[in-house]
Amino acid sequence: MNIVVLVKQVPDSGSERKLDPSDNTVARATADNVINEMDEYAIEEALTVKEAQGGEVTVLTVGPDTATDAIRKALSMGADKAVHVSDPAIHGSCAVQTSAVIAAALSQLEYDLVLCGAESTDGQVSVMPALLSERLGIPQLSGARKLTIEGSMAKIERQTDGGYWEVEAPLPAIVSTWDTINEPRYPSFKGIMAAKKKPVETKTLADLGIDASTVGLATATSKVVDFAGRPPKGEGVKVADEGDGADKLVGYLAAQKIV
Amino acid sequence: MRSSLVLSPRDLEFLLHEWLQVETLTKRERYAEHSRETFDAVLELAEQIATEQFAPHNRKADENEPHVVDGKVVLIPEVAAALRVFAEAGMTAAALPEELGGLQLPAVVNQAVHVWFQAANIGTSAYPFLTMANANLLVAHATPEQVQTYVPPMAEGRWFGTMALSEPQAGSSLADITTRAVPQDDGSYRLTGNKMWISAGDHELTENIVHLVLAKAPGGPAGVKGISLFIVPKFLVREDGSLGERNDVVLAGLNHKMGYRGTTNTLLNFGEGVHTPGGQPGAVGFLVGEQHRGLTYMFHMMNEARIGVGMGATGLGYTGYLHALDYARDRTQGRPLTGKDPATPPVPIIEHPDVRRMLLAGKSYVEGGLALGLYCARLVDEERTAEDEAERQRAHLLLEMLTPIAKSWPSQWCLAADDLAIQVHGGYGYTRDYPVEQFYRDNRLNPIHEGTHGVQALDLLGRKVVMSGGAGLSLLGETIAATTARAAGTQWADLGEQLDGLVQQLGAVTATLWGQGDPQVALANASVYLEAAGHVVVGWLWLEQALATEGRDGDFYTGKRQAARYFQHWELPKVGPQLALLASLDTTVLEMRSDWF
Repeated sequence: MNIVVLVKQVPDSGSERKLDPSDNTVARATADNVINEMDEYAIEEALTVKEAQGGEVTVLTVGPDTATDAIRKALSMGADKAVHVSDPAIHGSCAVQTSAVIAAALSQLEYDLVLCGAESTDGQVSVMPALLSERLGIPQLSGARKLTIEGSMAKIERQTDGGYWEVEAPLPAIVSTWDTINEPRYPSFKGIMAAKKKPVETKTLADLGIDASTVGLATATSKVVDFAGRPPKGEGVKVADEGDGADKLVGYLAAQKIV
Repeated sequence: MRSSLVLSPRDLEFLLHEWLQVETLTKRERYAEHSRETFDAVLELAEQIATEQFAPHNRKADENEPHVVDGKVVLIPEVAAALRVFAEAGMTAAALPEELGGLQLPAVVNQAVHVWFQAANIGTSAYPFLTMANANLLVAHATPEQVQTYVPPMAEGRWFGTMALSEPQAGSSLADITTRAVPQDDGSYRLTGNKMWISAGDHELTENIVHLVLAKAPGGPAGVKGISLFIVPKFLVREDGSLGERNDVVLAGLNHKMGYRGTTNTLLNFGEGVHTPGGQPGAVGFLVGEQHRGLTYMFHMMNEARIGVGMGATGLGYTGYLHALDYARDRTQGRPLTGKDPATPPVPIIEHPDVRRMLLAGKSYVEGGLALGLYCARLVDEERTAEDEAERQRAHLLLEMLTPIAKSWPSQWCLAADDLAIQVHGGYGYTRDYPVEQFYRDNRLNPIHEGTHGVQALDLLGRKVVMSGGAGLSLLGETIAATTARAAGTQWADLGEQLDGLVQQLGAVTATLWGQGDPQVALANASVYLEAAGHVVVGWLWLEQALATEGRDGDFYTGKRQAARYFQHWELPKVGPQLALLASLDTTVLEMRSDWF
């Protein structure tokens, strides 16, 4: 079973995140960049499938040179090798353009299963599995809270608001995972040392046969045209308790449609 | 750089890379497999596990002390879970040689890894740290068979280890221990006696516990020269490595402590016949090394443990300081002197100079303590791997000299940082709703265990500064002088001159103390000597840090420089009066009698 896991390096959702005002793209250079949290669940699932069925786990990322940190993390968790697509022309690409790059990179790999997180914490558009499914002509099973591989079929429990749907598709397929699917392992010190020796192949757009003018901010299908920070916290409301404090509090909560 | 209330990753990065240049170690054969990348990755993993697995149950473990049910110790389940993650990540074995399953991580990086856990949860982290010190001692002094039997299970985290020195009647004075070891025909020994204050002495966290026990074997001289060291496992180990009979070492009781409550602290009885391995009472022990040399071997573990205690104190002080800083930036109260209008909103308390004074003091203590601990750990690496023998000897001598300071200075001043952290919190800091009171209680142990403040003082003044004809003190002076020479011509020249003067005075005072002929007089005020020497050493390390910031801009570096100035202007002036007191050969304390109190 050859499994490819799509990972993305994103600004740490736990620290301050900014857009670069010069072109309204995510300010990656000044951010504390980490592996997208949701991708760790996809990696864990890939490793679990590999441990049960054998095979190889390849990590694929598209991002600047500094994204190697995210790759190392995935390799130190136990993935076998990595492909890193890095090309300055990709900067500012929209999801549609990025999917063309990932699809081209996947086409150069052998895979039975593609796994990815259900969303990235920076863009949060959550459309990558669908875009790749369309481009590669393979089924997508999105939003899995459980994955089972039986022979040539992948079966998932797709998490919904009210419960789950059971969905299945023939392999090769792309599966996106929620954080309910497993508990990602920590890397180990041994894994960190081993990761140094695992192969990481770097590819440019030319290596993938992609015309650089078809990607990047200039030709993106969608762009951020403006942004504003969250308004500062207001003064708040003081409620004086004159024997009717509880009523006033309930009244306030009701006015805010909280109760 | 991400922020944390446990430790400052930015400060660690500065100390390890910008100051101590630890990446240069990877040029040495022992560390050739490592790189900046692996150092960063292990530290990041340590931070993650400390933050996610250790810090969250720190309070719960404090509020739910270990207790005994049907003879077995009960701990909150989070302790075992966190320690399992710690072991699975390979942290226990990190510094061990490759052939024992280790990663040969440099001591300085390993120490930085440890301090994350100490700062996050000192009670839980004590178990693996004692185990690592135990394993390191065995690697250094036990037979290859003993190493093979006991070290790999400890490295894997399946067994934990202890050090059993103190007895109810003898702690600091090990010459007075009474535990006896009687040789048997098969080469083993049978031990009888009681051991007190044994941390991690009993628990159900691991399938076995390896006690390293000091006891007296027959035929030895009186005093510390008659002490031998024994391996006494809770369960005897069969030849195939599986666990055999229950050994005759049992839990007599748990001590109830002010802090460090997640760590069991025990009174253990050896050889009372509760269990009868091989059909007879007596705890089965196996001699480590030669008879009567036990204390020398144990000091191998204790020196390491003393630096570790200093780092624990630093970690607890550091997290207290960070919590106080966070609180002071958030908590509003009062208005500045320049704007008292009650209609204006109150300001965060960090806007009040006295709060900044407390935070700056805390910063200078905890960052100074961290620099001291990491510098000593870097010396361990030099001692092991420096290119030539002379350099290794120098590192060894300097480390010997600095060990009592590395243990005591953070135990005193990083405890003071926790005290200040409570003060910054005001009344809230005194409540159990905020964590700083626990940090203080936990840290209060550190001036006591692994050799009290007073014992460290005697070690420094009574042994270290006089050993090899005063070579240690001379070396320290030369090392400091090399730094102050670099400061000449910079904005730090005045701090350099101040330190040069203090080093000279310290040397003169040492000569006065030992020149007057009466050791009682020389040593009576040793703790003042320890404190003065400690401040000089940390003042020097602040100069080192300040010089490492030269030519660099930004809040982090400016803050470092301001803390260095604080130490220079507020702390170093305390040393002069201490040295003057020592130089006067004051006997007020020496002459005081019990009846006069």
